[in-house]
Amino acid sequence: MTQVKSLADLRRIKENLQGKMSLREKSNDPESLVQIRVAMATCGIASGAKQVMEFFIEELDKRNIQAVITQTGCMGYCFAEPTVEITLPGQAPVVYGYVNEKKADDIIEKYIKNGELVEGIIPVNYETVQK
Amino acid sequence: MKDISMHIMDIAQNSITAGAGLLEIIINEDIDNDAYTVIIKDNGKGMPEELLKKVTDPFTTTRTTRRIGLGLPLLKQNVERTGGTFSIESKEGAGTTVEASFVMMHPDRLPIGDIAGTIVLLTSANPELTIIYRHSTNTGDYEYNTTEINSTLDGISITEPSVIRFLKEVIDENLQSIGISR
Repeated sequence: MTQVKSLADLRRIKENLQGKMSLREKSNDPESLVQIRVAMATCGIASGAKQVMEFFIEELDKRNIQAVITQTGCMGYCFAEPTVEITLPGQAPVVYGYVNEKKADDIIEKYIKNGELVEGIIPVNYETVQK
Repeated sequence: MKDISMHIMDIAQNSITAGAGLLEIIINEDIDNDAYTVIIKDNGKGMPEELLKKVTDPFTTTRTTRRIGLGLPLLKQNVERTGGTFSIESKEGAGTTVEASFVMMHPDRLPIGDIAGTIVLLTSANPELTIIYRHSTNTGDYEYNTTEINSTLDGISITEPSVIRFLKEVIDENLQSIGISR
């Protein structure tokens, strides 16, 4: 029977990453990174926000884009869930609604990579729940 | 909410909004007493008694964008339709504990779902939050603790995708070894 993975195996991953880290320029300033906030309240979760967030984490890593991906409460656009707020460095946040994996792929390829706006933007007069 | 892991994500979001630094998720599968108990405990800001009394009313919410909140009422409903019990305790300045005890073998008891995915997403999105997740069955226990993980990582961010991917595998394999499968 194969051994169940444990934290001891994590050391290997850590060493691997430390090697890569020195190559990749270390950016500790979140302002200089793409920031993604996935609305993860009851409405978002019920519409598949979890899968969308997993997709962003996986795909941005594969496509070698450094980003800060976090979750937030309900933005008040329950009808358009899952909603995702994207902030490109130095720009105003943009909120996209009805984000599924296909839309998320579009957002990465067009908006995050090239700054080209994608269909499905929710007008800017929203307020997020303050944490 | 299709499964318990989604309810947990939802209730945990309340804890995060309440400014918790510690989040404990405890699942106990007690087949002998036919009880499947989920406890979500935080050390956030808690809530006053008046709010606590009406918190499972769908027309109550702390949110400012809308006047309704369905997270806790939905969980309560799902627990109660198995014949189980739901309780919530809270103390201002100390934290909140939600306990949902399903009747384990009832046909309406939700499946656990992708609990590993929920735990690692919470970890990834809230690196400052200490998360403890304990899961027990009659064949064994598993504990996940971000403090322990962070000390092993020794400076490498817990939000690194390869770390998250690994942690998900660790949880899934450990849960399988104590007899839990999705």
